[in-house]
Amino acid sequence: MGTIVDLKNVKKSYGPVTAVNDVSLKISQGEFVVLLGPSGSGKTTILSMIGGFIVPTDGTISINGKDMTTIPPAFRPTVTVFQDYALFPHMTVSENVSFGLKMRKIGKVERQKQTAKSLDVVGLSGFGNRGVHELSGGQRQRVALARAIAVEPAVLLLDEPLGALDLKIRHQMQEELVHLQKNIGATFVHVTHDQEEAMAIADNIALINEGKIEDYGPPDRVYLQPATLFAARFMGESNIFSGTVESSEGGFVVVKTSIGNLKVPGECESGSNVSVAIRPEQLYPGTQTGEEIIDIGEVQVSEVTFQGTHRLCRTVNTKNESDHTILLRLPPEQEIKVGDVIPLYSKRSQAVLLKK
Amino acid sequence: MHRLRNIPSYVYLVLALSFIYLPVVVLVLFSFQDGVLPVFPFTGPSLQWYEKMLANDRLVESLGNSIMVALLSSLVTTVLGFLAAYGMARRKPRFAGGVRFVLMAPLTVSYLIIGMGLLITLNMIGIPKSLFAVGLGHVVINLPLCFAIIYSQFGDHLRNIDWAARDLGASDGQTLFRVIAPIMKPSLLASFCLSATLSWDEFIIAFLLSRFDVTLPVIIFEMLRAGLTPEVNAAGTMVFAISMLTIGITAICMFIAFRGKK
Amino acid sequence: MSDPVGDNKKLKGCEFSRWATQPALIFTLIFFVTPLAIMVVISFWQRVSGKLVATWSGANYIKFFGTDYLLESLINSIEVTLATTVISVLLAYPLAYILAFRISPKWQKIILIFAVLPFWTAYVVRSYSWLLVISENGIINYVLTSLGIVDQPLEMAYTRGATILGFVHFFTMLLTLTIYANLVQIKPSYQKAAEDLGASKLQVFLRITLPLSIPGVAVGAFITFVIAIGDYITPQILGGGTEVLVPQAIMLQVSRAANFPMASVMSITLMLVIVVVYVITAKHLKMDRV
Repeated sequence: MGTIVDLKNVKKSYGPVTAVNDVSLKISQGEFVVLLGPSGSGKTTILSMIGGFIVPTDGTISINGKDMTTIPPAFRPTVTVFQDYALFPHMTVSENVSFGLKMRKIGKVERQKQTAKSLDVVGLSGFGNRGVHELSGGQRQRVALARAIAVEPAVLLLDEPLGALDLKIRHQMQEELVHLQKNIGATFVHVTHDQEEAMAIADNIALINEGKIEDYGPPDRVYLQPATLFAARFMGESNIFSGTVESSEGGFVVVKTSIGNLKVPGECESGSNVSVAIRPEQLYPGTQTGEEIIDIGEVQVSEVTFQGTHRLCRTVNTKNESDHTILLRLPPEQEIKVGDVIPLYSKRSQAVLLKK
Repeated sequence: MHRLRNIPSYVYLVLALSFIYLPVVVLVLFSFQDGVLPVFPFTGPSLQWYEKMLANDRLVESLGNSIMVALLSSLVTTVLGFLAAYGMARRKPRFAGGVRFVLMAPLTVSYLIIGMGLLITLNMIGIPKSLFAVGLGHVVINLPLCFAIIYSQFGDHLRNIDWAARDLGASDGQTLFRVIAPIMKPSLLASFCLSATLSWDEFIIAFLLSRFDVTLPVIIFEMLRAGLTPEVNAAGTMVFAISMLTIGITAICMFIAFRGKK
Repeated sequence: MSDPVGDNKKLKGCEFSRWATQPALIFTLIFFVTPLAIMVVISFWQRVSGKLVATWSGANYIKFFGTDYLLESLINSIEVTLATTVISVLLAYPLAYILAFRISPKWQKIILIFAVLPFWTAYVVRSYSWLLVISENGIINYVLTSLGIVDQPLEMAYTRGATILGFVHFFTMLLTLTIYANLVQIKPSYQKAAEDLGASKLQVFLRITLPLSIPGVAVGAFITFVIAIGDYITPQILGGGTEVLVPQAIMLQVSRAANFPMASVMSITLMLVIVVVYVITAKHLKMDRV
C-alpha cells in the first residue's frame, strides 16, 4: 500500500507559540491511524492541516502524491467529521448527507442512491426525512459519518468524534468505525486523547506531545515498547526507575537505580541518565531465578484497590527510604492486604530502557 | 407581599399608565370626531376624517413612499449588516476593534446631525434630495443595530458548520446562502423588521433629505403646520396602528430569534 | 483560540469572507464618517454672498459663542435636556421597580409591553397628540373650565414646559424599559442575603438594589440625553418654536440662510457636548453590558 498522506517537517506557530513543531509522518493508504495525545498537544492542529483548514507555517503536506499544503478543504480528497458533528440544523438528514454530492453537481437520482447507500452503511436507513434535532447523540454521529462517506473521500479525518457519547455507545461506535473503515477501504485519521480508544481501533498510533511525535507504531508495540518516557507514562501506567548506566555490553545495559542494579536489553553509553520502565502487570510476586529474571526486591503494600479485572496495589520498597511508589497489578483472586510484604520480580524482556 | 403595601404601588402604576396613554387615547378618540376641530366636546363617532384622509392623494402617496423606503432601505441594511457580521465572526479582520467602532458609531450621533451631514455631502456629490437620499440616511442609522443583532447571534457552533460546508465542496456563496443564512434566518428577520419599523417612523432625516416626494411623518408635519384638524388625528391613528403591526411582527421575529440563544 | 483560517494568506479560493465586512464598512465611511468630516471642515469655512468660501478661520465659532441668542440656544438645550432626563428618571424608576418587584411575573411582561406600546407611535404624531391635551381647547382646559376651577384656559402649550412634557412622556417609556431590564437582572439572592444579615427593606433598597441598578439608569439617562438634545420635532411642535434650542437654531441656519458652515459649527458643538457628558458618565456606564 502506498503512502497517501505525507507530512514533511510540518510546523505551525501562532506568534511566539508553537503548536506543531517539525512533524513528519507518512500514512499508508487503507490505514486506520490514530493521533493520540493530551489536550493542547497539537493533534487537532495537525488534523486541521491535513484537512486544509489551517495552513502550516512551514513544511509540506502531500496527499496522493500532490502537494496540497495551501489547497483549500473543498479541493482536497479529504472530508472531516467534526467533534460537534456540525450537522446543518435547517436541513433533514437526507439533505445533510447529500450536501457534498450536491456541491459536486451530481444528479438527483444518483444523489438519492448514494445517500440511501451511505445511510444504510451507518445503519440509519429510513431516517432520511428526519430533522437533525430529532436525533440522539449517537444517531447524529452516524449522520455526520454518512455525510462524510457519501462523497467517497480518500481520507476521512475524525476530530474526537466519540467524545460526546456515553461509554457503552462509545465502545460500540469504536467497533463500528473499524468495520466501516475496512468496509469502504478509505484511510482514516482519528484524533483522540483516550489511549484505550486508540489501542482499540488503530492500525498505527502516532503519539503526540507538545507539538512533536513522541512515538509511532502499532498499538501493541507502542504499549509494550514505548519509545520515550512520555509514551511510557501516557500509554497506561508505568513504573519508572531512573538511574545511571554502569555498563553496556552484549546487547544489555546495567542501570544503577534506587532499587538496585537492573540489567535490561539495550545499548547506551556509560554514565548516561536513563530510565527503566516496567508496567504494573509486568511485576510478579514471588522469587524466581533465571537469565530473564530481574529481581525487584521486597515491597510493602500501602494501598489496595479492586478494579474488577485486577487489584491495583501501591507499594513501597522496603530496602531503602526512597518514596518511590511501585504500582503492581495482581489477579483478583490473589489475596493481598495493606501491610503485606512481598518480593517482586520482572522479566528482562519486558523492561524498557528509555533514554529521556 | 402584603396586600396593603401594594396599594401605593398599584396607584402609581395606574397613574403612570394613564399618563402614558392619555395622548394616545385622545388622538384615537378625536380621529372619530364629528366636528371640525379635534377638541371637546366629542361628537360622533364619524369616519369622515378617515375618508378625507384617504382621499388626500398626497397623503396616500406618502404612505406608499414610506413603505417603499422602509422596505428597500431595510433590505439593504440587512444584507450589509449580515455580510459584515459574517465577516467579523468568521474572519476577524485586522483591525477588528476599529471596524466595530466605525460600524457602531452612528448610534451615538443625533439623527439631525447625520441628516445634516448627508445633506451637505450629497449636495457636494450631486445626489439630489429624494426618497433615495432618505433611504441612504435610513441605512446609515439602522446598519449599526442590524450588525449588532446579527453578530450577537453568531455562535461558536457556526464555525464548524461553515468549515463542514466548505469541506464538502461549497464555495463562499453557496456556504453563505445555502447554509449560514438559513440558520441565521430569525435574526435576519428581526433586523429587517426592526429597521423597517424605525425607518417608517423616522422624521428628521426624511425631512431634510426629501423634496417633493415625502414620507408619511413629513406629510403629517406639513399638515400640522396648516392647522389642527381631526384629519391629522386620523392620519396619526393610522400611523400608530401600522406601527403596532410592524412592531408586533418584529417582536415575534425577535422572540423566535432569541428563544434558541445559547 | 482564534479562528486559524483568518491568519493565513495562502489559502486559495476562499477569499470572500475576508471582504464581507467591507461593503458595510465602506458604506459607513462614505455616508457617515465623510459627512461628519466635511462638517468639521466647513465649520471653519464661511458663507460669503451665497457661496462657500474656504476661509479656514474660527470665525463661525467665535460668532456662535459670541452671539447671544445662539449661545442661549445651547444653554437652553442643556437646561431642557437635563430637566427632561432627571424628571424622566424620577418617573420611570418607580414604575420599573414596581414592575420588577411588585407585580407577579406572569403580568410583568404584559404590563411592560402595554406600558411601552405608545413608544412606537410615530414620533411626530405622539408629540402632536399632546397638543390635543394641553392646548387652549384641549382636554385639560376643557375639564378645568367646565368645572369652573379656572376662569380662563391655562396656557400650557407652546411653552418650555410643554416641550419637557413631550420629552418626558417619550423618555419615561424608554427608561422604564432599560431600568426594568437592569432590575430583573439583579439576583434575588443578593437581596435575600442582605435581609438575612439584618437589613430592613429600605436598607436593602438603598444599599443593594439602588447601587446595582445605577448602570442601567446611567445607560438610559445617557441615551435620553443624546436623543433629547438633538431632537427637533418636540420643541418645534409642543414648544411652538417659541424657545430656540440648538436643533431649532440649526434648522434655521439650514432652511433660511442655507448657512451650512454655521449649522456645522452648531452640530459639532452639540456633538462635543455629548462627548463631554459621555466622559462624565463613563464610569457609571458599563457599555459592554449593553
